Amino acid sequence: MRESKSRHAVILALACVAAVAWLLPYAWMVATSFKTLPEIVAHPGAPLPEHVDTGAYREVFATLPVARYMGITAFMAGTIAFAQIALALPAGYALAKLRFVGRGFAFGTVLACLLVPAQATFVPVFLLFAKAHVVNTMTALVLPFAASALGTFLVRQALVSVPDEMIEAARMDGAGELTIVYRVLAPMLKPTLVSLFLVSFVFHYNDYFWPLVMTTDDHVRTLPLGVALLREQGTGVRWHIVMAGNVVLSLPVLALFAMAQKHLVRAVSARS
Amino acid sequence: MTPRSTWHPWAMLGPTLALLSVFFLLPIGVAAYESLFSWDMLTPPRYVGTANYAALAAHGELLRVALRTLGYSVLVVAGTMTLGLGLALLLDRPGRFFGFVRASVFSAYVVSWVAVALLWMWILDGNSGAVGGLTRWLGLGTVSLLGDPRWALPALAVVAVWKLTGYAMIVFLAGLQGVPRSLLEAAALDGAGPWARFRHVTMPLLAPTASFVATTSLVTSFQAFDVVRIMTQGGPARATELFVYAIYEQIFLNLSVGRASALTVVFFVLLLAVAGLQLRVWRARAGASR
Repeated sequence: MRESKSRHAVILALACVAAVAWLLPYAWMVATSFKTLPEIVAHPGAPLPEHVDTGAYREVFATLPVARYMGITAFMAGTIAFAQIALALPAGYALAKLRFVGRGFAFGTVLACLLVPAQATFVPVFLLFAKAHVVNTMTALVLPFAASALGTFLVRQALVSVPDEMIEAARMDGAGELTIVYRVLAPMLKPTLVSLFLVSFVFHYNDYFWPLVMTTDDHVRTLPLGVALLREQGTGVRWHIVMAGNVVLSLPVLALFAMAQKHLVRAVSARS
Repeated sequence: MTPRSTWHPWAMLGPTLALLSVFFLLPIGVAAYESLFSWDMLTPPRYVGTANYAALAAHGELLRVALRTLGYSVLVVAGTMTLGLGLALLLDRPGRFFGFVRASVFSAYVVSWVAVALLWMWILDGNSGAVGGLTRWLGLGTVSLLGDPRWALPALAVVAVWKLTGYAMIVFLAGLQGVPRSLLEAAALDGAGPWARFRHVTMPLLAPTASFVATTSLVTSFQAFDVVRIMTQGGPARATELFVYAIYEQIFLNLSVGRASALTVVFFVLLLAVAGLQLRVWRARAGASR
Protein backbone atom coordinates (compact mmCIF):
# COMPACT_ATOMS: atom_id res chain seq x y z
CA MET A 1 0.00 0.00 0.00
CA ARG A 2 1.62 3.23 -1.14
CA GLU A 3 0.98 6.26 0.96
CA SER A 4 0.21 9.53 -0.74
CA LYS A 5 2.71 12.37 -0.32
CA SER A 6 0.51 14.50 1.90
CA ARG A 7 -0.36 11.53 4.09
CA HIS A 8 3.31 10.73 4.46
CA ALA A 9 4.03 14.32 5.47
CA VAL A 10 1.38 14.15 8.20
CA ILE A 11 2.87 10.88 9.49
CA LEU A 12 6.35 12.37 9.56
CA ALA A 13 5.09 15.45 11.40
CA LEU A 14 3.30 13.35 14.03
CA ALA A 15 6.40 11.20 14.50
CA CYS A 16 8.41 14.39 15.05
CA VAL A 17 5.90 15.53 17.68
CA ALA A 18 6.33 12.18 19.48
CA ALA A 19 10.11 12.44 19.32
CA VAL A 20 9.99 15.95 20.78
CA ALA A 21 7.56 14.90 23.54
CA TRP A 22 9.92 12.16 24.67
CA LEU A 23 13.29 13.77 24.02
CA LEU A 24 12.65 17.36 25.12
CA PRO A 25 12.39 16.42 28.83
CA TYR A 26 15.82 14.73 28.60
CA ALA A 27 17.21 17.82 26.88
CA TRP A 28 15.77 20.01 29.63
CA MET A 29 17.38 17.74 32.24
CA VAL A 30 20.81 17.96 30.60
CA ALA A 31 20.51 21.72 29.95
CA THR A 32 19.57 22.41 33.57
CA SER A 33 22.47 20.32 34.86
CA PHE A 34 24.93 22.67 33.13
CA LYS A 35 23.38 25.86 34.54
CA THR A 36 24.22 27.76 37.72
CA LEU A 37 21.77 28.58 40.50
CA PRO A 38 21.71 32.38 39.87
CA GLU A 39 21.05 31.67 36.20
CA ILE A 40 18.07 29.40 36.99
CA VAL A 41 16.59 32.02 39.30
CA ALA A 42 17.17 34.90 36.85
CA HIS A 43 16.06 33.20 33.61
CA PRO A 44 13.84 30.25 34.60
CA GLY A 45 12.66 29.27 31.12
CA ALA A 46 15.92 29.74 29.24
CA PRO A 47 16.33 26.67 27.03
CA LEU A 48 20.14 26.62 27.06
CA PRO A 49 22.72 27.55 29.72
CA GLU A 50 24.61 30.81 29.07
CA HIS A 51 27.81 28.88 29.23
CA VAL A 52 28.42 25.23 30.14
CA ASP A 53 29.09 25.09 33.85
CA THR A 54 30.08 21.77 35.44
CA GLY A 55 29.65 23.06 39.00
CA ALA A 56 26.49 21.00 39.55
CA TYR A 57 28.34 17.77 38.69
CA ARG A 58 31.22 18.69 41.01
CA GLU A 59 28.65 19.32 43.73
CA VAL A 60 27.00 15.92 43.12
CA PHE A 61 30.33 14.10 43.36
CA ALA A 62 31.22 16.13 46.47
CA THR A 63 27.96 15.45 48.37
CA LEU A 64 27.38 11.84 47.27
CA PRO A 65 29.90 9.00 47.27
CA VAL A 66 28.80 8.31 43.69
CA ALA A 67 31.34 5.57 42.97
CA ARG A 68 30.45 3.68 46.15
CA TYR A 69 26.68 3.99 45.57
CA MET A 70 27.08 2.92 41.94
CA GLY A 71 29.24 -0.02 43.02
CA ILE A 72 26.67 -1.12 45.62
CA THR A 73 23.83 -0.76 43.11
CA ALA A 74 25.60 -2.66 40.33
CA PHE A 75 26.73 -5.40 42.74
CA MET A 76 23.18 -5.78 44.09
CA ALA A 77 21.54 -5.82 40.65
CA GLY A 78 24.21 -8.15 39.21
CA THR A 79 23.97 -10.62 42.10
CA ILE A 80 20.17 -10.71 41.90
CA ALA A 81 20.15 -11.23 38.12
CA PHE A 82 22.85 -13.91 38.33
CA ALA A 83 21.18 -15.77 41.22
CA GLN A 84 17.78 -15.69 39.49
CA ILE A 85 19.20 -17.40 36.41
CA ALA A 86 21.34 -19.87 38.38
CA LEU A 87 18.26 -20.96 40.37
CA ALA A 88 15.70 -20.75 37.55
CA LEU A 89 17.64 -23.19 35.33
CA PRO A 90 17.44 -26.31 37.55
CA ALA A 91 13.94 -25.38 38.79
CA GLY A 92 12.70 -24.79 35.25
CA TYR A 93 14.31 -28.05 34.12
CA ALA A 94 12.55 -30.03 36.87
CA LEU A 95 9.20 -28.41 36.02
CA ALA A 96 9.57 -28.80 32.24
CA LYS A 97 11.27 -32.14 31.87
CA LEU A 98 11.04 -34.36 34.95
CA ARG A 99 7.96 -36.37 35.87
CA PHE A 100 7.40 -36.62 39.60
CA VAL A 101 4.62 -36.59 42.19
CA GLY A 102 3.96 -33.00 43.27
CA ARG A 103 5.04 -31.31 40.05
CA GLY A 104 1.66 -29.67 39.60
CA PHE A 105 1.82 -28.38 43.17
CA ALA A 106 5.35 -27.02 42.67
CA PHE A 107 4.39 -25.30 39.40
CA GLY A 108 1.26 -23.90 41.04
CA THR A 109 3.38 -22.45 43.83
CA VAL A 110 5.61 -20.68 41.32
CA LEU A 111 2.60 -19.32 39.41
CA ALA A 112 0.95 -18.11 42.63
CA CYS A 113 4.06 -16.06 43.43
CA LEU A 114 3.65 -14.24 40.10
CA LEU A 115 0.60 -12.59 41.65
CA VAL A 116 2.40 -11.26 44.73
CA PRO A 117 4.40 -8.05 44.22
CA ALA A 118 7.04 -6.84 46.65
CA GLN A 119 4.65 -4.00 47.57
CA ALA A 120 2.40 -6.57 49.23
CA THR A 121 5.20 -8.31 51.15
CA PHE A 122 7.44 -5.55 52.42
CA VAL A 123 5.74 -5.05 55.80
CA PRO A 124 6.11 -8.67 57.00
CA VAL A 125 9.53 -9.07 55.34
CA PHE A 126 10.74 -5.88 57.02
CA LEU A 127 9.58 -7.21 60.41
CA LEU A 128 11.35 -10.51 59.71
CA PHE A 129 14.56 -8.76 58.71
CA ALA A 130 14.39 -6.42 61.69
CA LYS A 131 14.13 -9.43 63.99
CA ALA A 132 17.06 -11.11 62.20
CA HIS A 133 19.10 -7.86 62.34
CA VAL A 134 19.74 -7.79 58.60
CA VAL A 135 18.11 -4.43 57.82
CA ASN A 136 20.78 -2.22 56.20
CA THR A 137 22.68 -5.19 54.81
CA MET A 138 23.18 -6.52 51.29
CA THR A 139 21.28 -9.65 52.40
CA ALA A 140 18.07 -7.64 52.85
CA LEU A 141 18.43 -6.21 49.35
CA VAL A 142 19.36 -9.40 47.48
CA LEU A 143 17.89 -12.44 49.25
CA PRO A 144 14.16 -11.74 48.65
CA PHE A 145 14.79 -11.55 44.89
CA ALA A 146 17.36 -14.36 44.56
CA ALA A 147 14.61 -16.61 43.18
CA SER A 148 12.30 -15.22 40.52
CA ALA A 149 8.87 -16.70 39.86
CA LEU A 150 8.76 -15.03 36.44
CA GLY A 151 12.29 -16.21 35.57
CA THR A 152 11.48 -19.77 36.61
CA PHE A 153 8.30 -19.67 34.57
CA LEU A 154 10.01 -18.31 31.43
CA VAL A 155 12.90 -20.81 31.65
CA ARG A 156 10.37 -23.61 32.08
CA GLN A 157 8.44 -22.44 29.01
CA ALA A 158 11.65 -22.28 26.96
CA LEU A 159 12.75 -25.76 28.06
CA VAL A 160 9.44 -27.42 27.21
CA SER A 161 10.27 -27.17 23.51
CA VAL A 162 13.72 -28.79 23.90
CA PRO A 163 13.44 -32.41 22.70
CA ASP A 164 13.83 -35.13 25.36
CA GLU A 165 16.25 -37.01 23.10
CA MET A 166 18.89 -34.32 23.66
CA ILE A 167 18.78 -34.84 27.40
CA GLU A 168 18.70 -38.64 27.02
CA ALA A 169 21.75 -38.47 24.79
CA ALA A 170 23.59 -36.38 27.37
CA ARG A 171 22.63 -38.88 30.08
CA MET A 172 23.96 -41.74 27.92
CA ASP A 173 27.22 -39.87 27.64
CA GLY A 174 27.40 -39.97 31.42
CA ALA A 175 26.61 -36.33 32.13
CA GLY A 176 25.23 -35.60 35.60
CA GLU A 177 21.95 -33.69 35.94
CA LEU A 178 23.67 -30.42 36.91
CA THR A 179 26.03 -30.76 33.96
CA ILE A 180 23.01 -31.20 31.71
CA VAL A 181 21.32 -28.14 33.16
CA TYR A 182 24.27 -25.75 33.19
CA ARG A 183 26.46 -27.09 30.35
CA VAL A 184 24.01 -28.55 27.82
CA LEU A 185 20.71 -26.68 28.24
CA ALA A 186 21.89 -23.25 29.39
CA PRO A 187 23.84 -22.55 26.17
CA MET A 188 20.77 -23.49 24.13
CA LEU A 189 18.69 -20.96 26.07
CA LYS A 190 21.22 -18.17 25.69
CA PRO A 191 18.89 -15.55 24.13
CA THR A 192 16.25 -16.12 26.82
CA LEU A 193 18.84 -15.99 29.59
CA VAL A 194 20.50 -12.82 28.26
CA SER A 195 17.11 -11.09 28.11
CA LEU A 196 16.25 -12.28 31.61
CA PHE A 197 19.56 -11.06 32.97
CA LEU A 198 19.28 -7.63 31.36
CA VAL A 199 15.67 -7.02 32.38
CA SER A 200 16.34 -8.10 35.95
CA PHE A 201 19.56 -6.09 36.16
CA VAL A 202 17.94 -2.91 34.85
CA PHE A 203 14.90 -3.35 37.08
CA HIS A 204 16.93 -3.76 40.27
CA TYR A 205 19.49 -1.09 39.32
CA ASN A 206 16.57 1.34 38.97
CA ASP A 207 14.59 0.06 41.93
CA TYR A 208 13.75 2.69 44.52
CA PHE A 209 11.07 0.97 46.60
CA TRP A 210 12.88 -2.03 48.08
CA PRO A 211 16.18 -0.31 48.98
CA LEU A 212 14.15 2.55 50.49
CA VAL A 213 12.18 0.33 52.86
CA MET A 214 15.08 -1.99 53.70
CA THR A 215 17.70 0.64 54.53
CA THR A 216 17.74 3.34 57.16
CA ASP A 217 21.34 4.46 56.89
CA ASP A 218 24.14 4.94 54.42
CA HIS A 219 25.63 1.44 54.78
CA VAL A 220 24.21 -0.17 51.63
CA ARG A 221 22.49 2.87 50.10
CA THR A 222 21.89 2.53 46.38
CA LEU A 223 22.32 5.22 43.74
CA PRO A 224 18.59 5.93 43.11
CA LEU A 225 18.16 6.57 46.85
CA GLY A 226 21.20 8.84 46.90
CA VAL A 227 19.98 10.88 43.93
CA ALA A 228 16.47 11.18 45.43
CA LEU A 229 18.12 12.47 48.62
CA LEU A 230 19.75 15.30 46.66
CA ARG A 231 16.33 16.90 46.47
CA GLU A 232 15.45 16.36 50.12
CA GLN A 233 18.57 17.76 51.74
CA GLY A 234 19.47 21.39 52.36
CA THR A 235 17.34 24.48 52.10
CA GLY A 236 15.51 25.20 48.87
CA VAL A 237 15.72 22.89 45.91
CA ARG A 238 18.80 23.36 43.81
CA TRP A 239 17.47 21.86 40.62
CA HIS A 240 20.70 22.05 38.63
CA ILE A 241 22.30 19.69 41.17
CA VAL A 242 19.31 17.33 41.21
CA MET A 243 19.35 17.19 37.39
CA ALA A 244 23.09 16.52 37.37
CA GLY A 245 22.44 13.62 39.75
CA ASN A 246 19.67 12.47 37.41
CA VAL A 247 22.07 12.45 34.46
CA VAL A 248 24.61 10.43 36.45
CA LEU A 249 21.88 7.95 37.43
CA SER A 250 20.31 7.58 33.97
CA LEU A 251 23.37 7.60 31.73
CA PRO A 252 24.53 4.01 32.45
CA VAL A 253 21.00 2.65 31.88
CA LEU A 254 20.52 4.63 28.67
CA ALA A 255 23.95 3.45 27.45
CA LEU A 256 23.00 -0.15 28.22
CA PHE A 257 19.69 0.40 26.44
CA ALA A 258 21.47 1.78 23.37
CA MET A 259 23.72 -1.29 23.26
CA ALA A 260 21.17 -3.97 24.09
CA GLN A 261 17.96 -2.43 22.76
CA LYS A 262 16.98 -5.54 20.80
CA HIS A 263 17.27 -7.78 23.87
CA LEU A 264 15.26 -5.46 26.09
CA VAL A 265 12.53 -4.89 23.53
CA ARG A 266 12.29 -8.60 22.81
CA ALA A 267 12.13 -9.44 26.50
CA VAL A 268 9.25 -7.03 27.02
CA SER A 269 7.26 -8.05 23.96
CA ALA A 270 7.94 -11.78 24.49
CA ARG A 271 6.00 -11.75 27.74
CA SER A 272 2.82 -10.82 26.01
CA MET B 1 11.19 -37.91 31.53
CA THR B 2 11.89 -40.01 34.61
CA PRO B 3 14.21 -38.40 37.12
CA ARG B 4 17.33 -40.40 37.84
CA SER B 5 16.45 -40.48 41.48
CA THR B 6 13.33 -39.43 43.32
CA TRP B 7 14.93 -36.60 45.29
CA HIS B 8 16.47 -34.91 42.23
CA PRO B 9 13.45 -32.76 41.25
CA TRP B 10 13.03 -31.52 44.81
CA ALA B 11 16.73 -30.72 45.15
CA MET B 12 16.54 -28.69 41.94
CA LEU B 13 13.35 -26.91 42.97
CA GLY B 14 14.30 -26.60 46.62
CA PRO B 15 16.08 -23.25 46.68
CA THR B 16 13.51 -21.60 44.41
CA LEU B 17 10.48 -22.93 46.30
CA ALA B 18 12.02 -22.11 49.68
CA LEU B 19 12.89 -18.51 48.74
CA LEU B 20 9.56 -17.87 47.02
CA SER B 21 7.62 -19.30 49.97
CA VAL B 22 9.53 -17.33 52.59
CA PHE B 23 9.47 -14.01 50.75
CA PHE B 24 6.22 -14.09 48.78
CA LEU B 25 3.69 -16.58 50.19
CA LEU B 26 4.46 -16.67 53.90
CA PRO B 27 4.43 -12.84 54.25
CA ILE B 28 0.75 -12.72 53.27
CA GLY B 29 -0.05 -15.06 56.17
CA VAL B 30 2.18 -13.08 58.53
CA ALA B 31 0.45 -9.85 57.48
CA ALA B 32 -2.97 -11.39 58.16
CA TYR B 33 -1.77 -12.47 61.63
CA GLU B 34 -0.08 -9.15 62.50
CA SER B 35 -3.16 -7.25 61.37
CA LEU B 36 -4.96 -8.57 64.47
CA PHE B 37 -2.53 -6.82 66.82
CA SER B 38 -1.79 -3.27 67.80
CA TRP B 39 1.97 -2.86 67.74
CA ASP B 40 4.32 0.13 67.43
CA MET B 41 7.59 -1.90 67.28
CA LEU B 42 8.59 -0.47 70.69
CA THR B 43 6.09 -1.75 73.26
CA PRO B 44 4.80 -5.37 73.22
CA PRO B 45 2.02 -6.19 70.68
CA ARG B 46 -1.55 -6.27 71.97
CA TYR B 47 -4.32 -8.45 70.47
CA VAL B 48 -7.12 -6.23 69.15
CA GLY B 49 -9.06 -8.54 66.84
CA THR B 50 -10.41 -6.74 63.80
CA ALA B 51 -10.09 -3.29 65.39
CA ASN B 52 -7.38 -2.29 62.90
CA TYR B 53 -9.69 -2.95 59.95
CA ALA B 54 -12.55 -1.16 61.70
CA ALA B 55 -10.38 1.88 62.43
CA LEU B 56 -9.19 2.04 58.81
CA ALA B 57 -12.72 1.75 57.46
CA ALA B 58 -14.28 4.05 60.08
CA HIS B 59 -13.91 7.45 58.47
CA GLY B 60 -14.09 6.17 54.94
CA GLU B 61 -10.35 6.64 54.60
CA LEU B 62 -9.76 3.09 53.35
CA LEU B 63 -12.44 3.44 50.70
CA ARG B 64 -11.04 6.84 49.65
CA VAL B 65 -7.51 5.40 49.28
CA ALA B 66 -8.84 2.46 47.26
CA LEU B 67 -10.94 4.67 44.98
CA ARG B 68 -8.09 7.16 44.57
CA THR B 69 -5.74 4.36 43.57
CA LEU B 70 -8.33 3.00 41.15
CA GLY B 71 -8.92 6.46 39.67
CA TYR B 72 -5.20 7.00 39.17
CA SER B 73 -4.90 3.53 37.59
CA VAL B 74 -7.79 4.15 35.20
CA LEU B 75 -6.22 7.44 34.07
CA VAL B 76 -2.84 5.76 33.54
CA VAL B 77 -4.27 2.73 31.73
CA ALA B 78 -6.48 4.85 29.45
CA GLY B 79 -3.59 7.21 28.68
CA THR B 80 -0.92 4.59 28.01
CA MET B 81 -3.25 2.47 25.90
CA THR B 82 -4.46 5.32 23.69
CA LEU B 83 -1.00 6.78 23.19
CA GLY B 84 0.67 3.35 22.98
CA LEU B 85 -1.70 2.15 20.26
CA GLY B 86 -1.54 5.44 18.39
CA LEU B 87 2.25 5.47 18.43
CA ALA B 88 2.45 1.80 17.45
CA LEU B 89 0.26 2.44 14.39
CA LEU B 90 2.20 5.60 13.58
CA LEU B 91 5.69 4.14 14.00
CA ASP B 92 5.16 0.65 12.57
CA ARG B 93 7.15 1.65 9.49
CA PRO B 94 10.57 0.74 8.16
CA GLY B 95 13.41 3.24 8.23
CA ARG B 96 15.94 4.59 10.69
CA PHE B 97 13.94 7.65 11.66
CA PHE B 98 10.92 5.66 12.85
CA GLY B 99 13.23 3.25 14.67
CA PHE B 100 14.80 6.21 16.44
CA VAL B 101 11.43 7.60 17.53
CA ARG B 102 10.37 4.14 18.77
CA ALA B 103 13.57 3.92 20.81
CA SER B 104 13.06 7.42 22.24
CA VAL B 105 9.57 6.61 23.47
CA PHE B 106 10.64 3.25 24.88
CA SER B 107 13.69 4.73 26.64
CA ALA B 108 11.44 6.35 29.27
CA TYR B 109 10.29 2.86 30.26
CA VAL B 110 13.91 1.79 30.83
CA VAL B 111 15.02 4.81 32.89
CA SER B 112 14.55 4.79 36.68
CA TRP B 113 11.29 6.08 38.20
CA VAL B 114 13.49 8.24 40.41
CA ALA B 115 14.99 10.04 37.43
CA VAL B 116 11.59 10.43 35.74
CA ALA B 117 9.85 11.68 38.89
CA LEU B 118 12.58 14.21 39.72
CA LEU B 119 12.73 15.42 36.11
CA TRP B 120 8.98 16.00 35.95
CA MET B 121 8.93 17.66 39.35
CA TRP B 122 11.36 20.16 37.91
CA ILE B 123 9.39 20.54 34.68
CA LEU B 124 6.15 21.10 36.63
CA ASP B 125 7.78 23.40 39.21
CA GLY B 126 5.59 26.50 39.56
CA ASN B 127 8.37 28.96 40.34
CA SER B 128 11.23 28.35 37.96
CA GLY B 129 10.29 25.16 36.07
CA ALA B 130 9.35 24.94 32.40
CA VAL B 131 5.58 24.82 33.05
CA GLY B 132 5.85 27.68 35.56
CA GLY B 133 7.70 29.78 33.02
CA LEU B 134 5.14 28.97 30.35
CA THR B 135 2.10 29.86 32.46
CA ARG B 136 3.66 33.15 33.54
CA TRP B 137 4.54 33.96 29.94
CA LEU B 138 0.90 33.25 29.01
CA GLY B 139 -0.19 35.58 31.82
CA LEU B 140 -1.81 32.82 33.89
CA GLY B 141 0.35 33.59 36.89
CA THR B 142 2.22 31.00 38.95
CA VAL B 143 0.60 27.61 38.57
CA SER B 144 1.75 24.80 40.84
CA LEU B 145 0.08 21.62 39.60
CA LEU B 146 1.65 19.41 42.26
CA GLY B 147 0.59 21.82 45.02
CA ASP B 148 -3.07 21.87 43.94
CA PRO B 149 -5.24 19.08 45.43
CA ARG B 150 -7.37 19.00 42.27
CA TRP B 151 -4.48 18.65 39.84
CA ALA B 152 -1.80 16.76 41.75
CA LEU B 153 -3.15 13.26 41.06
CA PRO B 154 -3.83 13.83 37.32
CA ALA B 155 -0.32 15.34 37.11
CA LEU B 156 1.18 12.16 38.60
CA ALA B 157 -0.89 10.13 36.14
CA VAL B 158 0.52 12.17 33.23
CA VAL B 159 4.06 11.45 34.43
CA ALA B 160 3.24 7.73 34.66
CA VAL B 161 1.73 7.81 31.16
CA TRP B 162 4.93 9.42 29.83
CA LYS B 163 6.96 6.67 31.50
CA LEU B 164 4.80 3.66 30.59
CA THR B 165 3.56 4.48 27.07
CA GLY B 166 6.73 2.90 25.64
CA TYR B 167 5.74 -0.42 27.18
CA ALA B 168 2.24 -0.34 25.68
CA MET B 169 3.68 0.73 22.32
CA ILE B 170 6.17 -2.16 22.21
CA VAL B 171 3.51 -4.73 23.05
CA PHE B 172 1.12 -3.25 20.45
CA LEU B 173 3.94 -3.27 17.86
CA ALA B 174 4.45 -6.98 18.57
CA GLY B 175 0.69 -7.46 18.20
CA LEU B 176 0.70 -5.65 14.86
CA GLN B 177 3.17 -8.21 13.52
CA GLY B 178 0.32 -10.70 13.85
CA VAL B 179 -1.92 -8.72 11.49
CA PRO B 180 -1.32 -10.27 8.06
CA ARG B 181 -0.35 -7.71 5.42
CA SER B 182 -2.28 -9.69 2.81
CA LEU B 183 -5.49 -9.21 4.77
CA LEU B 184 -5.01 -5.42 4.82
CA GLU B 185 -4.17 -5.41 1.12
CA ALA B 186 -7.25 -7.47 0.31
CA ALA B 187 -9.39 -5.01 2.28
CA ALA B 188 -7.76 -2.10 0.42
CA LEU B 189 -8.54 -3.78 -2.92
CA ASP B 190 -12.13 -4.09 -1.79
CA GLY B 191 -12.15 -0.32 -1.39
CA ALA B 192 -11.71 -0.05 2.39
CA GLY B 193 -10.07 3.23 3.43
CA PRO B 194 -7.46 3.51 6.19
CA TRP B 195 -10.09 3.95 8.92
CA ALA B 196 -12.25 1.06 7.69
CA ARG B 197 -9.15 -1.16 7.48
CA PHE B 198 -8.20 -0.24 11.05
CA ARG B 199 -11.74 -0.64 12.35
CA HIS B 200 -12.58 -3.96 10.69
CA VAL B 201 -9.22 -5.70 10.23
CA THR B 202 -6.58 -4.40 12.64
CA MET B 203 -8.72 -3.70 15.67
CA PRO B 204 -10.40 -7.11 16.03
CA LEU B 205 -7.02 -8.84 15.59
CA LEU B 206 -5.45 -6.53 18.15
CA ALA B 207 -8.18 -6.93 20.78
CA PRO B 208 -6.37 -9.69 22.74
CA THR B 209 -3.17 -7.61 22.81
CA ALA B 210 -5.17 -4.64 24.05
CA SER B 211 -6.69 -6.57 26.92
CA PHE B 212 -3.23 -7.87 27.85
CA VAL B 213 -1.82 -4.34 27.94
CA ALA B 214 -4.83 -3.13 29.90
CA THR B 215 -4.59 -5.72 32.64
CA THR B 216 -0.79 -5.60 33.05
CA SER B 217 -0.83 -1.79 33.16
CA LEU B 218 -3.67 -1.89 35.67
CA VAL B 219 -1.66 -4.14 37.99
CA THR B 220 1.45 -1.96 37.56
CA SER B 221 -0.30 1.31 38.29
CA PHE B 222 -2.14 -0.19 41.23
CA GLN B 223 1.30 -0.70 42.81
CA ALA B 224 2.46 2.88 42.16
CA PHE B 225 4.67 4.22 44.93
CA ASP B 226 7.83 5.91 43.64
CA VAL B 227 6.09 8.87 41.96
CA VAL B 228 4.08 9.55 45.10
CA ARG B 229 7.00 9.20 47.52
CA ILE B 230 9.26 11.42 45.42
CA MET B 231 6.89 14.00 43.96
CA THR B 232 4.16 14.65 46.55
CA GLN B 233 4.54 12.43 49.68
CA GLY B 234 0.82 11.81 49.42
CA GLY B 235 -0.09 15.52 49.57
CA PRO B 236 -1.46 18.08 49.15
CA ALA B 237 -4.28 17.29 51.60
CA ARG B 238 -3.85 13.53 50.95
CA ALA B 239 -4.88 14.06 47.32
CA THR B 240 -2.16 11.69 46.07
CA GLU B 241 -2.10 9.14 48.88
CA LEU B 242 -2.19 5.89 46.91
CA PHE B 243 -2.47 2.43 48.44
CA VAL B 244 1.17 1.40 48.73
CA TYR B 245 2.13 4.84 50.02
CA ALA B 246 -0.59 4.55 52.68
CA ILE B 247 0.94 1.24 53.83
CA TYR B 248 4.41 2.82 53.86
CA GLU B 249 3.10 5.74 55.92
CA GLN B 250 1.45 3.48 58.48
CA ILE B 251 4.56 1.43 59.18
CA PHE B 252 7.42 3.92 58.75
CA LEU B 253 5.85 7.23 59.75
CA ASN B 254 3.11 6.17 62.20
CA LEU B 255 5.02 3.06 63.38
CA SER B 256 1.73 1.19 63.32
CA VAL B 257 2.52 -2.39 62.32
CA GLY B 258 -1.06 -3.59 62.84
CA ARG B 259 -2.62 -0.94 60.62
CA ALA B 260 0.06 -1.40 57.96
CA SER B 261 -0.56 -5.17 58.00
CA ALA B 262 -4.32 -4.72 57.75
CA LEU B 263 -3.83 -2.40 54.76
CA THR B 264 -1.45 -4.94 53.21
CA VAL B 265 -4.11 -7.65 53.49
CA VAL B 266 -6.75 -5.44 51.85
CA PHE B 267 -4.26 -4.45 49.15
CA PHE B 268 -3.49 -8.09 48.43
CA VAL B 269 -7.18 -8.99 48.18
CA LEU B 270 -7.70 -6.13 45.69
CA LEU B 271 -4.70 -7.32 43.67
CA LEU B 272 -6.17 -10.83 43.61
CA ALA B 273 -9.41 -9.40 42.24
CA VAL B 274 -7.45 -7.66 39.45
CA ALA B 275 -5.48 -10.85 38.83
CA GLY B 276 -8.71 -12.81 38.55
CA LEU B 277 -9.78 -10.40 35.84
CA GLN B 278 -6.38 -10.81 34.18
CA LEU B 279 -6.68 -14.59 34.20
CA ARG B 280 -10.08 -14.46 32.53
CA VAL B 281 -8.70 -12.14 29.86
CA TRP B 282 -5.68 -14.38 29.22
CA ARG B 283 -7.87 -17.47 28.96
CA ALA B 284 -10.02 -15.69 26.40
CA ARG B 285 -6.88 -14.64 24.58
CA ALA B 286 -5.42 -18.16 24.52
CA GLY B 287 -8.76 -19.34 23.14
CA ALA B 288 -8.76 -16.65 20.46
CA SER B 289 -5.21 -17.30 19.23
CA ARG B 290 -5.74 -21.02 18.89
